[in-house]
Amino acid sequence: MATTLDQTIAQKQRTLGAAILSNQTFWVLVAVVLACIFLSFATDSFATAKNLYNITRNTTFVAIIALGMTLVIITGGIDLSVGSVLCLCSMVLAVVMHSGYSIEVGIAASVATAVLIGAFNGVLIAYVGFPPFVVTLGMLSIARSLAMVASNNTVVFQFGPDHDKLLALGGGAWLFGIANPVIYMIVLALLTGFVLRWTRLGRYIYAIGGNEQAATATGIPVRPIKVGVYMISALSAGIAGIVQTGWLGAVTTNIGAGMELQVIAAAVIGGANLAGGVGTAFGALVGAALIEVIRNSLGLLGINAFWQGTFIGGATILAVLFDRIRNFRQAE
Amino acid sequence: MAVLELTNISKHFGAIQAVSDVSLSLEAGQVVGLMGDNGAGKSTLVKMIAGNYRPSQGTIRLDGSEIVLHRPVEARQHGIEIVHQDLALCNNLTAAANVFLGRELRRGVGPLRVLDYKAMYRRAGEIFRELRSETRPRDLVRQMSGGQRQAVAIARTMISEAKIVLMDEPTAAISVRQVAEVLHLIRELRDRGIAVVLISHRMPDVFDVADRVVVMRRGRMVADKPIAQTSPEEVTGLITGAIERV
Repeated sequence: MATTLDQTIAQKQRTLGAAILSNQTFWVLVAVVLACIFLSFATDSFATAKNLYNITRNTTFVAIIALGMTLVIITGGIDLSVGSVLCLCSMVLAVVMHSGYSIEVGIAASVATAVLIGAFNGVLIAYVGFPPFVVTLGMLSIARSLAMVASNNTVVFQFGPDHDKLLALGGGAWLFGIANPVIYMIVLALLTGFVLRWTRLGRYIYAIGGNEQAATATGIPVRPIKVGVYMISALSAGIAGIVQTGWLGAVTTNIGAGMELQVIAAAVIGGANLAGGVGTAFGALVGAALIEVIRNSLGLLGINAFWQGTFIGGATILAVLFDRIRNFRQAE
Repeated sequence: MAVLELTNISKHFGAIQAVSDVSLSLEAGQVVGLMGDNGAGKSTLVKMIAGNYRPSQGTIRLDGSEIVLHRPVEARQHGIEIVHQDLALCNNLTAAANVFLGRELRRGVGPLRVLDYKAMYRRAGEIFRELRSETRPRDLVRQMSGGQRQAVAIARTMISEAKIVLMDEPTAAISVRQVAEVLHLIRELRDRGIAVVLISHRMPDVFDVADRVVVMRRGRMVADKPIAQTSPEEVTGLITGAIERV
């Protein structure tokens, strides 16, 4: 029997199961779970409460920034400045609080710094037409230099009257013994996921990455949205900086150095496509988790730490290779 | 009565006269084939109707009252839709998402409004059914044929109850079978009482689907006649200048 037009139109292209099986994020998640199971048996120290607490908390800093980075990558851009922005925001927080202001003022100053930097990046990219790579590479240099200027390149570890509040904010575990940073990460991930899937803004972010001219032609405010995603990216770095400062209890001018590459790797491993148009909040978390599990496991298995870069780099290439193979199959 | 009436429209860019003194009217439920060589002024004329350019001289009347279009968005608000030659689709989004791009349906109250996927899939499916196109709302545009892409681009014009649809070379880069599909879509639009302007280089398509043919040469309109009273040979002569004017 010939299928009618109605049946064709109503037909779903593929079942839910098939969609999951062809999803990069799913396979990375499988890799993370398998690695965790393996490590639980292979070592005595992996599946301990203390180690799991450490892993989840260490994941968060990269994961929080990867959320912001994912938005930028979906629009087809890149933000290389996040590591330096994290450093500058931490330093602004530290210096402001060190000079006697309350934690509220410190956080406000830090957040304002992040938003300002994001707006600067975004305006140059969206309105002046600079390539994102160049602008954010410049900012990578500028932000770290400003952090050195602000602190005179010293280590700040005294945070004034609200010292203990800041340490509790980043180092505490207020809810069911889950590290605070993990709570922040989950809340931010849910928020990002909601915006991407359920709001017009999210839809437009994907549209810009898919075809910027088309987005403009249909009346989408492309430029303001692009400025917005760079602001969100910088803000995510700022938030990670604030939390990390509270956790470490000290700020140096080299924190977050090289972090942008880990963040980009996390986003890409999680399924974001640097060509734009593809990526999810959940993917960012899974990508960050895989990186942290690799790092943690190498330590536990007694493998020389110098190998870390090789394994993380290998995972990045492997994840993208998977995506390429799928595209080849579709093309055939 | 004419839906859209252009009276003595001219457009110059500096010293270059792109369109001079063109008067043209579009009727509801009629397909007008707009033909002419490259640089004859077809695109400029259509862009004035779509709100991309403002005419240097002349007036545009919609349903009898004069309108001035500053931006494409304003043309859309008046029910004038354009299907771009490159279709302006996002490959990474579904057919339904493309159809509703910039005009998403939402549900909820006040500031808490979320995208209404179900309603958009359903409505897009209804439009594809009306167009009798085998296009699935949930498919990604990346995986679609040229004809299906055209259906998506045309469906976009139909969610807004357009009065006039301007189509820029819709059959330029697709296979023979898909051309038939697109011409079918154009007839569907016409049957719904929409005035269609079809810019095309392809003589057979225009003679297949258009009710009238308008020929432009060097910014001037050199012919405006019913398809039944002309021939491909005559139109070719008018385009190249072998026939001066009819």
